Amino acid sequence: MVESRPDPDELLASVQAAEARARRGKLRIFFGGAAGVGKTYSMLEAARNTQASGVDLVVGYVEPHGRIETERLLEGLEQLPTLPVRYRGITRREFDLDAALRRRPTIMVVDELAHSNIIEGDPPPRHAKRWQDIEELLDTGIDVWTTVNVQHLESLNDLVAQITGVRQRETIPDRIFDEADEIELIDLPPDDLLQRLKAGKIYIEEHARTAIDRFFRKSNLIALREMALRRMADRVDASARAAAVVDRASRAWMARDRVLVAIGPDEQAEQVVRAGKRLADALDAPWSVVYVETPELLKLSQQERNRRIDLLRLGESLGAETVTLDGPTAASALLEYAGTRNATKIVVGAPKRSGWRAWLRRSTTTELARRARGFDVITVGEMEQRADAPRSGRREDIDSARPIHWDRYGWALIINAVCTLIAFAMYEYFEPTNLVMVYLLGSTIAGIRFGRGPAVLSAVVNVAAFDFCFVPPRFAFSVMDAQYLVTFTVMLIVTLVIANLMASVRQQTRVAGARERRTFLLYAMSRELAATRGTDAMARVAVRHVAEVFQCKAVVLLPDGAGKLHLPGERPEPGSFVGSDLSIAQWVLDHGRRAGLGSDTLPAAPALYLPLGSEDHRLGVLGVLPTNPRRVLLPEQRHLLETFAGQIGLAVERARLAESAEASRVEAETESLRNTLLASISHDLRTPLAVIAGAASTLAERSESLEPAERERLARSVERKAHDMTELVSNVLDLMHFESGRLALHRDWQTLDDLIGMALSRMQGRLEPRSVELRLPDDLPPVHVDANLIVQVFANLLDNVAKYTEPGTHVVISATANGDRVEVTFDDDGPGLPLRNRARLFDKFQRGTEEGATIGAGLGLSICRAILRAHGGEISPGERPGGGARFTFTLPVKEAA
Amino acid sequence: MTQAQYRVLIVEDEPSIRDVLRTLLQTANYRVVEADTAARAEIEARSHKPDLLIVDLGLPDGDGEVVIRNVRKWSPVPILVLSARTMEEQKISALDAGADDYVTKPFSAPELLARARAALRRNARGSEQTSVLKIGDLTIDLGQRTASTPRGEMHFTPLEFRVLECLARETGRIVTQRQLVREVWGPDRDGDTRSLRVFIKNIRQKIEPDPSRPRYLITEAGVGYRLSAPVTL
Repeated sequence: MVESRPDPDELLASVQAAEARARRGKLRIFFGGAAGVGKTYSMLEAARNTQASGVDLVVGYVEPHGRIETERLLEGLEQLPTLPVRYRGITRREFDLDAALRRRPTIMVVDELAHSNIIEGDPPPRHAKRWQDIEELLDTGIDVWTTVNVQHLESLNDLVAQITGVRQRETIPDRIFDEADEIELIDLPPDDLLQRLKAGKIYIEEHARTAIDRFFRKSNLIALREMALRRMADRVDASARAAAVVDRASRAWMARDRVLVAIGPDEQAEQVVRAGKRLADALDAPWSVVYVETPELLKLSQQERNRRIDLLRLGESLGAETVTLDGPTAASALLEYAGTRNATKIVVGAPKRSGWRAWLRRSTTTELARRARGFDVITVGEMEQRADAPRSGRREDIDSARPIHWDRYGWALIINAVCTLIAFAMYEYFEPTNLVMVYLLGSTIAGIRFGRGPAVLSAVVNVAAFDFCFVPPRFAFSVMDAQYLVTFTVMLIVTLVIANLMASVRQQTRVAGARERRTFLLYAMSRELAATRGTDAMARVAVRHVAEVFQCKAVVLLPDGAGKLHLPGERPEPGSFVGSDLSIAQWVLDHGRRAGLGSDTLPAAPALYLPLGSEDHRLGVLGVLPTNPRRVLLPEQRHLLETFAGQIGLAVERARLAESAEASRVEAETESLRNTLLASISHDLRTPLAVIAGAASTLAERSESLEPAERERLARSVERKAHDMTELVSNVLDLMHFESGRLALHRDWQTLDDLIGMALSRMQGRLEPRSVELRLPDDLPPVHVDANLIVQVFANLLDNVAKYTEPGTHVVISATANGDRVEVTFDDDGPGLPLRNRARLFDKFQRGTEEGATIGAGLGLSICRAILRAHGGEISPGERPGGGARFTFTLPVKEAA
Repeated sequence: MTQAQYRVLIVEDEPSIRDVLRTLLQTANYRVVEADTAARAEIEARSHKPDLLIVDLGLPDGDGEVVIRNVRKWSPVPILVLSARTMEEQKISALDAGADDYVTKPFSAPELLARARAALRRNARGSEQTSVLKIGDLTIDLGQRTASTPRGEMHFTPLEFRVLECLARETGRIVTQRQLVREVWGPDRDGDTRSLRVFIKNIRQKIEPDPSRPRYLITEAGVGYRLSAPVTL
């Protein structure tokens, strides 16, 4: 035997699965072959023992069935109050999931795993099935004990039906059973069971008779018991193999099989899926359920197409991967897919066609068997026809679904008329046989353009017209010459062949067109999402596309940092779904499963909610409220919607990653800014502080020995330096504020002369003896800006003039209106800006000249730039014609959006 | 000076600033009462009946604005607010709450004293009902609805005069933009500062010797306007 090393991925998967299991509650199933074997009894007995040892155990729900022994066992156990549910005037008692979640015991006992909740009841249940309730309990870490009979297992459902003749409607996915942590088989020999039944220990007396007759036959019970034992044995086997993987034992016996289950829309499909599941289990192989969409199948009735989705869902619930393929014929698509997936077994239903039809067109099964290379084809024999199976209603549906285009028949007749006219013109010069060609051409055109019906009409009328007008005796219907019968037949056949050909081409085009449209819609959204920044903007784009494509109202809900969903803010997109149910959406986000309309969970809700992102990376929820409830539920639509949700999830994830990258970049920049700032301002802070400390201490200690004039001089220098420091500190604070990006503008209407006037008064004579001249046109519109910030821009520019120019410098501030902006030019006739590093003038801590005694830390211009950028403008340095510095910038005149 | 001393209540939690204010005001011949919390401030205001309040807005036990509001309920005493430079919203709401003026920290001694004098003077005059106001060289006759300077009489449109009147009635005091718009246009046009700017500009063209450097009609950036006699510090 070849030594095989465990696949690392598989090991990792099994370790992860073990971790997930550790967090989940443990599921213990009391499993039996039939009702009455004593599952509930054993469970309650075990519960009593466990509770006696001090474990927090609560009975969530036990079906009483009026059994005295059971009720006696319940005494002394804590029982959760049941939930009264009204349904059609009757009040029934149901398991209360929310109460159970609130109570949170260590162990919760819930009878009847396969029970179905009353979907139309009031209050409506959260889940359609009890096994979903139990899953939720397990997810929150509560251990659950429950009971189930073998006939409720999905994969054995049809087998049981075959044996007993009773179809079980309430089923549970095999996954639940296979993943249970502990299964206790409650076994009772059939004779004993029948004994108990007769003694009335199982059902109450009046029910017992019919039940025995129909179900509790000894042969049935033996078969069911055997099935339960076999299923149990399979499970033990499977867990032994699972353990073997972890133990690094040889896996050579786990040859990789892959089972493909090919299904069509026929009644046998369900049986084929279950057979496939049993085969896959036996081989311990992964399996897929494949449905092929062919042009022919597109003609099926709505009801049958809906069945397809049910079948795929059944496959999913049994643990299969499901695939829908497109192809000209089912066999070729299947063969191609089998090749790419290395399938070893293909499971198909038995061929349906027989006799001459089978000879004429081979069925998919026969075709597959003939062309099988490298895989086995396993044919599942058909069960006896069930009387209650829904018959296909394809023909009627199709006819009623397609309107008859009367206009096309009209056009066909017009073509006839034209042909006849041409033929009349030709009659003098040509043989009648040639005239037939004109009619043939006409019928061909009708076949190509107008489809089968009009083509047949055209052929009939053409032959009639030809016969009537041109075959002697003319203008009478009497076929003298047999050769025209041949003409008629050939023309009819040619027309029909062409019409059929065209119909099939058109059908193919429609399939291709639908596929192309899907791809296009998806591509359109992906492209726009790719061009969008920020999750909120993406949510809006997604809502718009989904609403448009699915003709529904949509909403994308994104969680906050704490994982809580919130309704989107004001200004909804057109097509937004307002008033989504946040509690359902939150459930979807927390569990990563879809819920609402048409799903397993809360199917009665008006809207459908789909999770965005992957199982362990949940990013949000897509809510869809269809304007026409049937539309989103169509299989194609639903598949497309899921694909859309996938795309949106990817986009949101990308945005999230970009956001966190951006956040860390900003953080790094802020950090480096802080460091530079500290290094740079320490000099500018120390100098004035030294002056202040020195002057103040001199005043305090040597006050008497100082002349009054000297005292004042020292006090004034304290005042001046304090003022400088105030300026510096507020500049630094402002800049920090801008850099953090948290600057909120308090925009308002302002006139430019007013803003400049305030800046001038802030300078308080520090400009003297320099002069400032304003050249502002009278009709200059008010600007929409933050007054204080723009005043600061002018003050900083004036401050630079005061610092870097000689006394007597003349400043000119001029402005012109230009569309929705005002252009401002700030000129002085000083020494001008240094040519070197002019571009770096606006960098933090840059001074035009090298280190000097001037206070200011070179922050002024970078603050100007930050302020103007926040207003959506830019400041650029230049040269005044005739010498001096010039700064130009723009201010908005319109209200910012 | 034999004139009766004015009593000033300083509401400020920072001891060193209180110290400076006290020294400064005492040298200017004011009597000073101090409070370091909002609660204390109200008690002192009731017991000492000060002629002027100087209130810091950030107090340990509450907002200075609350003090202003409560004092305004029973007294028209002038109130000066001390605030940081960038807190426009705080200033506006303090003024709307009933403060008369504000002084930005850090302040200079002459500026603070000038503001205090102006507030006290305004209060003294507030009682006399006069229809002719003299603000520096500017004379405004509210009855005749005219205004003049030594250079001659000026003509205003009705709305311009209402803006001017509104500012003149509160001479020396800051009138917030909101107050102005409400007084002149009514409450419906609350946010319409755009037309207000145009009117201010037009009024300046008429009353100011140099409209680009206004001396009478002063803009308090982001807060409002003040009509006052040119300050000579």
